[in-house]
Amino acid sequence: MSTLEIRDLHVSVETKEGAKPILRGVDLTIASGQTHAIMGPNGSGKSTLAYSLAGHPKYQITGGEVRLDGQDVLAMSVDERARAGMFLAMQYPVEVPGVSVSNFLRTAKTALDGEAPALRHWVKDVKTAMERLRMDPAFADRSVNEGFSGGEKKRHEILQMELLKPKIAILDETDSGLDVDALRIVSEGINRVREGGEVGVMLITHYTRILRYVQPDFVHVFVDGRIAEEGGPELAEQLEAEGYDRFLAPA
Amino acid sequence: MTTELSTSLPTDHSRAVADGAHSHGLVPEASRAARLTSFDPADFPVPTGREEEWRFSPMDRLAPLFDAAGEGLREGGVQVTVVNPPEVGVEIVGRDDPRLGSVGRPGDRTAVTAWHGFTDATIVTVPPQTVASSATSVRVEGLDRTGEPTAAHLMVHAGELSEAVVVIDHVGAATLTETVEIQADDGAHLTVVSIQDWEPGSVHAAAHRLSVGRDATVKHVVVTLGGDVVRITPDAGFTGEGGDVQALGLYFADADQHQEHRLFIDHNQPSCRSRVTYKGALQGDGARTVWVGDVLIQAHAEGTDTYELNRNLVLTDGARADSVPNLEIETGEIEGAGHASATGRFDDEQLFYLMSRGVHEIDARRLVVRGFFAELIGQVGVPEVEERLLAAIEDELAASMAALEGER
Ligand SMILES: Nc1ncnc2c1ncn2[C@@H]1O[C@H](COP(=O)(O)OP(=O)(O)OP(=O)(O)O)[C@@H](O)[C@H]1O
Ligand SMILES: [Mg+2]
Repeated sequence: MSTLEIRDLHVSVETKEGAKPILRGVDLTIASGQTHAIMGPNGSGKSTLAYSLAGHPKYQITGGEVRLDGQDVLAMSVDERARAGMFLAMQYPVEVPGVSVSNFLRTAKTALDGEAPALRHWVKDVKTAMERLRMDPAFADRSVNEGFSGGEKKRHEILQMELLKPKIAILDETDSGLDVDALRIVSEGINRVREGGEVGVMLITHYTRILRYVQPDFVHVFVDGRIAEEGGPELAEQLEAEGYDRFLAPA
Repeated sequence: MTTELSTSLPTDHSRAVADGAHSHGLVPEASRAARLTSFDPADFPVPTGREEEWRFSPMDRLAPLFDAAGEGLREGGVQVTVVNPPEVGVEIVGRDDPRLGSVGRPGDRTAVTAWHGFTDATIVTVPPQTVASSATSVRVEGLDRTGEPTAAHLMVHAGELSEAVVVIDHVGAATLTETVEIQADDGAHLTVVSIQDWEPGSVHAAAHRLSVGRDATVKHVVVTLGGDVVRITPDAGFTGEGGDVQALGLYFADADQHQEHRLFIDHNQPSCRSRVTYKGALQGDGARTVWVGDVLIQAHAEGTDTYELNRNLVLTDGARADSVPNLEIETGEIEGAGHASATGRFDDEQLFYLMSRGVHEIDARRLVVRGFFAELIGQVGVPEVEERLLAAIEDELAASMAALEGER
């Protein structure tokens, strides 16, 4: 059992005009086995939350705390967070020319486990996971994300989630840009990881269509850098029907 | 401007006229075609540093190689050792050997002092129709730590339809100006690798002159790692149609190193192809690299296909890379011509992505830098050299990682 606790998190980004506050007091607790959907308008700070949890240097933490099973996440470096069990599937995965997918996956697995995986099993695991995500085996030899289509990048993120087995997975718009088949395939991948009941998932999305495959336990409405309302799966349907208007304009 | 052959040496340079720079009536003054080539030192006064071809260079450090007094350079500053397969011939010849100087003429001051500075030259010959059974290794070892300037002359001649790989290794300590003549006769397949891995304190200028025969393929690989100042000027020209030059370069400059590579591909024959790919990494205060890629497509060189690329990866503050591609096209009837040049900082987003998967910073940096060079190294096509390059990059990185660790 793992628990990620976010308390009163404040985050700014550096701009020419000085520090600009983006997150204004986020409170959220995610435990293993739970799936939390985060929905909110463009620019409300969802990716900022995701990147801040992963430790991206662009974001300055100006207040609050984040703990994973009591450990101070904000004090950890980016790689330490990953080794502590955090995983971020990015909205825009980065291209790394000259580094093959297979080399990258093996290096990551080795870093997380502290030792190289047994080669035979590992090769088989990678192959199986790729097959299930309908990724052509040729991707193993291609450079990480280089020239991947938007949908291929997202599958590659979920491939990593399946193989690296995080405690807390943050999925930032993994569903965006996927066609209907890809959405189902990627959702099945997420569900395979969820089945074990050992992962807590933060699923950032604009659409309820992924939530029909990956059913959330909680839905949070994210507006202007904080959570404005929380509810069950029915809240997602309501948002899709009504939009965010009632959160944006004070009643 | 017309370039005249004027030399007082008792050497037969008639072929140099045929193979060397051509004269043109109607080219602009700045054109690469107008650049003088000559065996006469008087044609290349000691440069001031304001000349186009010297404007990036550390003149004070190169000064010993200019031989300002005109006294000639000292002999014996380097020792040349060749290990060759039985099919490949190796000769040590006097400077009056008629083959020497047949592949073009010096194009700048250090090239002309190199031409006048040597007594004996080493000629590696691959006989016609011969396929070398293994690579030929030419070791140029610097034996001088006093900074006294010296000269050396090498020639690699691949006969018609021959195939060979020659690896020239520059090690030790030297203040050296050098000529490397590379002649590939019709239909030859020749790979020449020149590695500059000098000890600190070394200064090295080298003029590589390539002559590519009809349907010949030359892969010319330059690797610059060690030495205070290294300035290499590969010039390539063709003697028949269908020639193919692939020029690859890899360099890694550390603090206070100056590494300069100036290429000139002269498309002086129709239907030839050239590909230039140079990549460099820089780290440390005062690390400096210069890449200049001149390509000239002459009016009669129809069907030319050329592309040149230079990329630089700046790993730390205080390092500077210059990159200047020049493409001059005198005919529209070509297959293709293009160039790309980019100098980028180490990409923190790549670092973040890798680290967010648990990879330690040091390993992530290694992956990114190795990745930057990976494709280029794969193109070298000589396994021993590829392995050495990978190991050399590891060594370079180990140094910078130690510095990074120290900051913690
Ligand atoms: N460097 C910056 N300078 C100014 N504003 C910035 C900077 N970086 C981010 N922001 C702003 O921070 C806000 C939050 O951005 P974020 O990417 O977190 O939004 P989001 O909720 O993920 O939006 P989307 O749904 O479009 O992905 C945006 O208004 C964005 O413009
Ligand atoms: Mg976003």
